[in-house]
Amino acid sequence: MATLPPFQQLLDEHGRDVLGFLVASVGPSDAEDIFQETLIAALRSYPTLKHARNLRSWLLTIAHRKAIDHHRAGSRRPLPSGAAEEVGGERGALDGAIEAAANKGELWRLVGALPTKQRSAVLLRFAGDMSYSRIGELLDSSADAARRNVHEGLRRLRGELA
Amino acid sequence: MSTTSEEKIRRAIRDAGGVVDLERAKREFSARAEDEGLLEVAYASVDSPFGEMLLAATDRGVVKLALPTHAGRELKPDLVLTELATAVSPRVLEAPAKLDPARRELDLYFEGKLKRFGVPVDWRLAKGFTDKVLHQVARIPYGRTLSYGEVAAKAGNPRAFRAAGTACGANPVPLIVPCHRVVQASGDPGNYGGGPEMKRALLELEGSLPASLDARAPRRRSRGATR
Repeated sequence: MATLPPFQQLLDEHGRDVLGFLVASVGPSDAEDIFQETLIAALRSYPTLKHARNLRSWLLTIAHRKAIDHHRAGSRRPLPSGAAEEVGGERGALDGAIEAAANKGELWRLVGALPTKQRSAVLLRFAGDMSYSRIGELLDSSADAARRNVHEGLRRLRGELA
Repeated sequence: MSTTSEEKIRRAIRDAGGVVDLERAKREFSARAEDEGLLEVAYASVDSPFGEMLLAATDRGVVKLALPTHAGRELKPDLVLTELATAVSPRVLEAPAKLDPARRELDLYFEGKLKRFGVPVDWRLAKGFTDKVLHQVARIPYGRTLSYGEVAAKAGNPRAFRAAGTACGANPVPLIVPCHRVVQASGDPGNYGGGPEMKRALLELEGSLPASLDARAPRRRSRGATR
């Protein structure tokens, strides 16, 4: 059986990253609920893990799945407050708002406002440090598609951040 | 896209967590885990007159009490928790409320107001002869002592006084299983996981430090001088 660290250690080391991932992914008001769901699911299957390598990426994979479930359930708007309307609106009119958001440390709102696949790909790549092939698996597509999604997401953000 | 922008995004995602109270969310999680029956080892840090201790419990009872020092080394909570994750379950979470009853009893004990612990003990970390010895140790009343040989005899092997000493040293739940009440046949307190001074202090608290030792004035003076 694998030697696994105490679960509390995972929570202390990666809790903040998981929460950040979820805030950017589902928005601040739902993030805590999904955070709880993610951790309960993780704790439930934890003892059956075959090895203790890359536990951070394991947690973020679960967080990703829970966020997708949440978006699919679709009971609420998938986008974080505010940013949705801004990004969807007239381009010229919103550059200033985006700049301001970035300066206010709310760049994550813009990530959260990306189209679903791009958002997931960007989050998994930059919060999860995952390979394109792994991201492809998680998004039910290919490594190439994952790479494209990351780049499209980044281009969109770059255009709005430059 | 430049590396700096990628780094900006990385940082932004990490910082996004800051809009939710992480510590509160962690506490909430620990409570939920318990509700779901997924909290297998609850632990908390506990103050004592001797320093900070670590207390851990399963649903059977207190499974581990790590003293402020063990065998001359300062308590390393991470090591204790890793040991618990391996020996009991990796579902280890900080959950102070679960340890409140044991913590309260320990507080009262240190104040001299509790003579007998009522919290249940989970014996699973004591194996074989150690388990037998410690079950005998658990029966020694407050304010009384037995020698290592006497305890070995009660555990079924009168000649195993050394093994009885080893068993006491391996006690996963000291204080609650009072191995400090096992002393040398000469009456000298002898060794203790938490250090001989702690043992002496506990025996003093319980009023069972042998009179002959109390009377050794020069030794007490020299001890005083080193402090």
